[in-house]
Amino acid sequence: MNGSPPLVIVDNLTKHFPVTRGIIIQRKVGAVRAVDGISFTIDQGETLGLVGESGCGKTTAGRTLLGLYPATAGTVTIDGHNIRSAKGREMLLIRRIAQMIFQDPYASLNPRWTVHSIISEPLRVHHLFKTEAERVERVQELMGLVGLSGRLINRFPHEFSGGQRQRIGVARALASDPRFIVCDEPISALDVSIQAQVVNLLEDLQDRFGLTYLFIAHDLSMVRHICDRVAVMYLGLMAELADRNELYEHPLHPYTIALLSAVPVPDPRKDRARRRIILAGDVPSPINPPSGCRFHPRCPLADQQCSDEVPEWRLAAPSHWVACHKV
Amino acid sequence: MLSTLEAGRCESMGTLLDVKDLKTRFHTPEGTVYAVNGISFHVKEGETLAVVGESGCGKSVSMLSILQLILVPPGEIAGGQALYRGVDLLKKSESEMEAIRGQEVAMIFQDPMTSLNPVLSIGRQISETLRTHKGMDQKEANRRTIELLEMVGISDPAHRLGDYPHQFSGGMRQRVMIAIALACNPSLLIADEPTTALDVTIQAQIVELVTKIRDQVHMAVIWITHDLGVVAGIADRVMVMYAGFIVEEASVVELYENPCHPYTSALLGALPRVDRRRDHRLKSIPGAPPSLLVEPHGCPFSARCEVVIDRCKTDNPLLTPVGQDHHNIACWVDINTGAPR
Repeated sequence: MNGSPPLVIVDNLTKHFPVTRGIIIQRKVGAVRAVDGISFTIDQGETLGLVGESGCGKTTAGRTLLGLYPATAGTVTIDGHNIRSAKGREMLLIRRIAQMIFQDPYASLNPRWTVHSIISEPLRVHHLFKTEAERVERVQELMGLVGLSGRLINRFPHEFSGGQRQRIGVARALASDPRFIVCDEPISALDVSIQAQVVNLLEDLQDRFGLTYLFIAHDLSMVRHICDRVAVMYLGLMAELADRNELYEHPLHPYTIALLSAVPVPDPRKDRARRRIILAGDVPSPINPPSGCRFHPRCPLADQQCSDEVPEWRLAAPSHWVACHKV
Repeated sequence: MLSTLEAGRCESMGTLLDVKDLKTRFHTPEGTVYAVNGISFHVKEGETLAVVGESGCGKSVSMLSILQLILVPPGEIAGGQALYRGVDLLKKSESEMEAIRGQEVAMIFQDPMTSLNPVLSIGRQISETLRTHKGMDQKEANRRTIELLEMVGISDPAHRLGDYPHQFSGGMRQRVMIAIALACNPSLLIADEPTTALDVTIQAQIVELVTKIRDQVHMAVIWITHDLGVVAGIADRVMVMYAGFIVEEASVVELYENPCHPYTSALLGALPRVDRRRDHRLKSIPGAPPSLLVEPHGCPFSARCEVVIDRCKTDNPLLTPVGQDHHNIACWVDINTGAPR
């Protein structure tokens, strides 16, 4: 976006979960290759969208990126700090500048804590304010920022609607003055009319504080609306990455093309005139992924090369990355 | 498919289901929930009606009420009629309803995992329907089961009869649910958010499957959803619900090109488009839907409406025609001018 180096640099990030057998003596019999070597960067102030179907590894990627899961291999650098080697004070600093907003506004807030305890937890952890009075003031300021009345500070999560709870989650993420926020499907549990409220809020906060977002979602229409660049994942690997209009108007990877054609358009004449590519079958298991290109069993263009060789992640056009033999 | 949009595919068909002034309430410890507040609508033979609305708008409850599938108490059907081929379903006894459900009207649900029995094989669950309703013997039922599984696109069905639901993916489970629903050739299929839990590529598969079968066997479909994108692709007519009321109904093209109720118009404005460049911020609807624990008073959308007038707060508008083509809205205001209608 500008001349400064990217805020987030992800290089060959890999996360495997072991598959074990046996109750007492556990043997490792395989691995769920949830994220299998992905690389990308996110510029300061940018929103990068990460899309894909369930099980493609997008949530695991977001969590591993922040160190919530220890990575199996690869490096992640956030604002110059390597999160895989960081310890003690440096780790605490990373935790302060990098935050997360979760998908489920019901499960991600402790039901026994008041809004004040929830939002002020980061303040207490990072010793950001000395007195309780200062913390209360900061929590009320944060509640104002996300459009909640400060009078509700002593309420409990169950007294709020889904949209309001998601606002509490946003306020908690903002509490420690972060620079980078991973938004993991922040709106998919909300109704349409509430989704627009939360999306507009996230955009306002980005403008105001210069935040950088990784926006993980499966709603491709919303991703086109909110993101500057979009990355498409399939079965633990990157399929394609490009600027939003480039990706939506000139998709190169057959998976991206099929995915985009499957999104319904709220316009009856246009929707029925569209040519839809219906992919057969489901996403295969990440325990035993297909050889070569992982998309080849479902790909309409696949040939022998696709089942033998893993396609290289390369630049096909200026700032347009793709992993496909047929492009 | 475009031609079907223009011609009004089902203009000459007879009415299959005619619901009049249906009211459903739930008596809970917190008070009475006014879930459905006197809705009237109809479905013609072979027609696809989409019922659109946000959570808690009464779209599922109204359909469950018609099939007497709500739990009484706490539920109560407080009034109305549901005439299926002229016979009131709400007056039927439980055993009469059992014959109608499955045979005449079938239903598929959002979550295919919880609607299938995890300890019975797929084959058994489908053939059970056939043996109960059609009186088939096991051999005949198995043959028909294989046929049905083939029809919903499950490969090698003969070898999958003994499989259990956990061995199937989400999309395949929904296909099995559709096979069960279709087992007795119903005239009406009620699909309650059947694709909401599924990925977009699987959603496209299921939508294609249901439309294909609908056209093959000439079945009417009521498709309950909150996704205005899916509706645009499958429906003949659309009915928009809000807080237990129908606020707008129209043919699918009319609704998207000329939405007349402020709620419908706001809902369409709140949707980002995958096929267009971003040109503005999303229009959000302020506030949240009203509590259903209060007896409705005035227009339910008035608190969030942009063109609200004084009358909206006291009188609840009835569904009345605007223009032609059976386009009805429940609103006191002309959305284009902001003046009373």
